[in-house]
Amino acid sequence: MTTDVIEQESHDSHDDHHDDSHGKMTGIKRWLYTTNHKDIGTLYLWFSFIMFLTGGAMAMVIRAELFQPGLQIVEPDFFNQLTTVHGLIMVFGAIMPAFTGFANWMIPMMIGAPDMALPRMNNWSFWILPFDFAILIGSFFMESGAPNFGWTFYAPLSTTYSNGSTAFFVFAVHIMGISSIMGAINIVVTIMNLRAPGMTYMKMPLFVWTFFITAYLLIAVMPVLAGVVTMLLTDTYFGTSFFDAAGGGDPVMFQHIFWFFGHPEVYIMILPAFGIVSTIIPAFSRKPLFGYASMVYATSSIALLSFIVWAHHMFTTGMPLFGELFFMYCTMLIAVPTGVKVFNWVATMWRGSLSFETPMLFSLAFVILFTIGGFSGLMLAMTPVDFQYHDTYFVVAHFHYVLVTGSLFSIFAGAYYWLPKWTGHMYSESLGKWHFWCSLISVNLLFFPMHFLGLAGMPRRIPDYALQFADFNKWVSIGGFAFGLSQLIFLVVVIKCIKGGEKAAAKPWDGAEGLEWTVASPAPYHTFSTPPKID
Amino acid sequence: MNKGTEQKNIQSSNSKVVKKLVLIVFGMFGFGFALVPLYDVFCDITGLNGKTNGASVAYAADGIDTSRIITVQFISRTAQGIPWQFEPMEREVKVHPGEVKFVKFYAKNESNRDIIGQAVPSVSPGLAAAYFQKIECFCFTQQPLKGGEEVEMGLQFYVDPELSEDISTLTLSYTLYDVTGKVDS
Repeated sequence: MTTDVIEQESHDSHDDHHDDSHGKMTGIKRWLYTTNHKDIGTLYLWFSFIMFLTGGAMAMVIRAELFQPGLQIVEPDFFNQLTTVHGLIMVFGAIMPAFTGFANWMIPMMIGAPDMALPRMNNWSFWILPFDFAILIGSFFMESGAPNFGWTFYAPLSTTYSNGSTAFFVFAVHIMGISSIMGAINIVVTIMNLRAPGMTYMKMPLFVWTFFITAYLLIAVMPVLAGVVTMLLTDTYFGTSFFDAAGGGDPVMFQHIFWFFGHPEVYIMILPAFGIVSTIIPAFSRKPLFGYASMVYATSSIALLSFIVWAHHMFTTGMPLFGELFFMYCTMLIAVPTGVKVFNWVATMWRGSLSFETPMLFSLAFVILFTIGGFSGLMLAMTPVDFQYHDTYFVVAHFHYVLVTGSLFSIFAGAYYWLPKWTGHMYSESLGKWHFWCSLISVNLLFFPMHFLGLAGMPRRIPDYALQFADFNKWVSIGGFAFGLSQLIFLVVVIKCIKGGEKAAAKPWDGAEGLEWTVASPAPYHTFSTPPKID
Repeated sequence: MNKGTEQKNIQSSNSKVVKKLVLIVFGMFGFGFALVPLYDVFCDITGLNGKTNGASVAYAADGIDTSRIITVQFISRTAQGIPWQFEPMEREVKVHPGEVKFVKFYAKNESNRDIIGQAVPSVSPGLAAAYFQKIECFCFTQQPLKGGEEVEMGLQFYVDPELSEDISTLTLSYTLYDVTGKVDS
């Protein structure tokens, strides 16, 4: 391993020279014009963190309004705008770009490629995002306000009863869709064509596999989203009647098309998380991943099943009994491959020599808390009980467990794990642990009582509530503020780590596996200009 | 192989993959729109949403089944923003399967401007929708009413004798929409 590092370093010094001859850009131009996968990965990660704080700030206002019953801080219409834009920002602005950032940084290094396959398109797919979200957030300052029809933008709320923000909203969704599709195409081409000689598909790290499958999901469903928002646009402004019953259309059809995109979208946000956790748990258990092949097949079958379960979001729209049974059983079937994954993670840890650095702590929390989110998902999958849970805080609790303690925690785990490789410095382990424990306690205080609120019948997306929900909501809000503030610790950790700290070795984690650890820390600007040899 | 040709090989295989993926993207965009007619077919087969026939059908039952009596209930509502009074003149009728029945609905434009209305039917339970056959219905056309004008609108229908034995009550619901601005399209 040491010889590998030295060899790579000698390549790198050569590469640096190569760089100079091109005249490396400095200042803002370096970032605007960059086609380097590491720079673009960094841009994606910072962008997603800024969006995370923006969406989080909206959540703070929502929780402040819900701290006690009655209307205190914001008007109901503005509250609806906040819940809508919070959802859109967190899904399309925070979680998805963060994963694209990981893909950009790590996939070329993990498969021994010099860069992404389509570097110029890579630059473009990032740089349209800030403008896109400027449009979306800018709609708050329009006279009519931001979108207020929920992130699921059901017709006719977003057509007949829209506050006038539909055109801006559709434009924003189109741009973020184009960005995601370009990013996904880039990932697929990179993995198919740029693997180092000898790296067969079944030798790829599981991380790469999960991003490969996710990219295919994106390519398949983002165009459907583009289609449905286009129908929305023509219904609202050009007199078509796709979703307008008066003209022969059907508003329920909107939900079918939307969730045909929407359910695979859910897995777009969780499969990469599986990849990150499957990288970290073996490293800190000092054992190879248990059941690599079964992990690949489980991921693929989750992706395939995601196309035939969409209507479990719409049990209460009045479906024929056969439809309800079909979608119920298909949904429950997904628990099988997911169970395989959880089993494999636990089996990886079994009799391993475990250590509990921050990346491992976040991964362990992921396994436990994501499983809780999975179980509440199974409860929601049962048609008869879904009639009770539908549109209550139980649903809010469910998807925040899978998206916050699932996807977001895996992003934190991955960030801590690869920060030494990105910056060349070790992060502060004690601050990292503070971040973890503060987040863990507050996130459960934030989301766990929501289960009880939902079971007791509190509806979601409502700025006011009945008095009997007051105590739980107070606790939830306190948890929310604490969770929001805890994330500032992460910001401090990252900035400190970039500025300095203990020098990181090429492979700072003794149990880590993978080509990315054979190059120096920080990773040189160009890596693997000559492909490495894979045995 | 020197580095230049290797680079070219990678680029040409890259563009091959990109072309295929872009094709999938456009295909899926089209599929999104193909879901619209597919959904209608799906609704016809399953009776989802209680969609009934949109154009008039000829009577095609093999006689009247006098051994059964079906209660047909009528419900009407107006969509937000149409100032019409709109209701069935009979709340419910009892029919034998195969028997042709004629009922009337009453509508009055209570505003002082001209409005064009469109009624959209839906049958519950949804699985029975395919057996509720409309020979003539005011919902097949748009109904213009001048300010203050009133009208009686007819519906001629029969219930197909093939209707499942489990169903003894059908509910026909009409929602009336204001389509004044949309008539040209």
